[in-house]
Amino acid sequence: MIGFLLRRLGQALLLLLIVSVIGFAILHLAPGGPLSQFAAGGDMTQADLDRIAEQLGLNRPLPVQYAEWLWRMLSGDWGRSYRDQQPVLHVIGSHIGATLELMLTSTLLAMLLGAWVGILGAIKRYSIFDSLATIGAMIALSIPTFWFGLVIIYVFSVGLGWLPAGNRYTVGDGSFLNQLHHLIGPCIVLALVSTAVWSRYMRSSMLDVINQDFVRTARAKGVPERSILLRHVLRNALLPMITITGLHVPTLLSGALVTETVFTWPGMGRLFLDSISYRDYPVVMGILMFSAILVLLGSLIADLLYGVADPRIAGSH
Amino acid sequence: MSMAEPMLAPAPGFWNSPGMRRFRRHRLAVFGAATILLLTLACIIGPMLLPYTDTFIDIRSRFAPPFSGPHILGTDPLGRDILARLLMAGRISLAVGFSAMAIAMAIGIVVGLVAGFYEGALGAALMRLVDAMLCFPSIFLLLAISALIQPSVPSIVLLIAMTSWMEVARVVEAQIRSLKTREFVQASISFGASSKRTMFRVLLPNAVAPIVVAATLNVAHAILAESYISFLGFGIQPPTPSWGNMLESAQSYLTSAPWLAIIPGAAITLAVTSFNFIGDGLRDALDARQD
Repeated sequence: MIGFLLRRLGQALLLLLIVSVIGFAILHLAPGGPLSQFAAGGDMTQADLDRIAEQLGLNRPLPVQYAEWLWRMLSGDWGRSYRDQQPVLHVIGSHIGATLELMLTSTLLAMLLGAWVGILGAIKRYSIFDSLATIGAMIALSIPTFWFGLVIIYVFSVGLGWLPAGNRYTVGDGSFLNQLHHLIGPCIVLALVSTAVWSRYMRSSMLDVINQDFVRTARAKGVPERSILLRHVLRNALLPMITITGLHVPTLLSGALVTETVFTWPGMGRLFLDSISYRDYPVVMGILMFSAILVLLGSLIADLLYGVADPRIAGSH
Repeated sequence: MSMAEPMLAPAPGFWNSPGMRRFRRHRLAVFGAATILLLTLACIIGPMLLPYTDTFIDIRSRFAPPFSGPHILGTDPLGRDILARLLMAGRISLAVGFSAMAIAMAIGIVVGLVAGFYEGALGAALMRLVDAMLCFPSIFLLLAISALIQPSVPSIVLLIAMTSWMEVARVVEAQIRSLKTREFVQASISFGASSKRTMFRVLLPNAVAPIVVAATLNVAHAILAESYISFLGFGIQPPTPSWGNMLESAQSYLTSAPWLAIIPGAAITLAVTSFNFIGDGLRDALDARQD
């Protein structure tokens, strides 16, 4: 188990290193590189730009700059925002809460709904419900998230007036119920794709287990059908879902960015979009690296949890 | 469909091959293929048949709702005909989808072939690159790079291709690795075929099935990606219409003119769903183990 843990951790660190090279390359392969922010104003002479490059150390060889950039990232100095000179980690930190709130609640919703649809689909395989769920999942995966958001706002905010059209809470009313009320719309929108993914994997995972020998044995022993499904099948079918959830982080982050934009939700995705419009490179780079780390963490934690839940996995490596 | 099938003469050929029959049995895939065909034809021919062009401004009928007058699907805030814009936008969005797919497939196939064929250090390095690229959530990567370049149709195509070849590389690599141990590949190598010949003439033709499926799903992904970045304002720039940027300002008019949002979004959903249905049908049809 320890060996498995260390090996997995080593792989993640290696990936993180490659990720950092790609991140650095994107920043510096841009036409004009990080200097383009200053050049875009148009009121600086080449001499001015040279002096800024000198001051920021941008005229040194790229490997040297990369090493310094990496060292700073590792020691927690992610640079300062061009907009307000706030440290990048601080800026991200003040927005990540709203994003995590959205991601966690919608994941919870998607798990419950998706598992229910998937289990029912597997039990009543090829029934009308199963076919409709299959088609529904396919359509859910094809609907642009922002458009689904607009439809939800049109129906539930403009039409029925049940839900607020955006923001995290009403200004001046920060009560829990008010926040919950604002969370419903974006949570549903973000959960759409995850629910579709969960229901598909849950269904096939259930079908894999239902056909195994120990289930037949339980049935032969006369264990009640309900107990077979809950105690034997579901428990084992849920195991692979740990991995699915871990691998779903990038999709979830992408979805969160779009959902936050539509619902003016003050999270990391919206911050990213604002920073791009402002050409606030340190924040853009910071969020890019931060989201990649979240993705890596997601798959790492999923792997470790899976190793704990299913000892065969850790043993076989 | 199912009633007409027994009457067909069992003549050999493309249309009656077992794979084609399996595809036709998959009703959703047939529906998807028909929809894409109709949609493509409508986008190519449609604009020539309409009384309005996509840029004609009918200032007296701004915000005309659909099905209410000469403008079949209504007009936008400038008084431009939405149907004309939808079809012109379709040309752009579908073209972006297909060309981004073609480039992404080319990159993904080469990377996957090389990584699968030369396992060792080169293969491992390439696959770690794939893993690392997949660590970035796709929209974040797309937006970060789109902020650095001048947005134009070709640059958006390249951008989408550069951020969506990784899944293909994974599929191809896995396929090549399993094919490599088969006798016919071993035979080709032992006959002295060059690596290039083995890769492109022996391995690649035998990996076509998963590649075709991946390509179909890739078009769906590319159309969605274009709509996302255009909706967010970093993709195809007006006045060139695309399904994504038609939605860009729609949110402001959600109360007064909801059709501005509903129509282009429905077009995207229809196109993407159709490609996903086709991909699903192809997966079933090309999986020979089923029969």
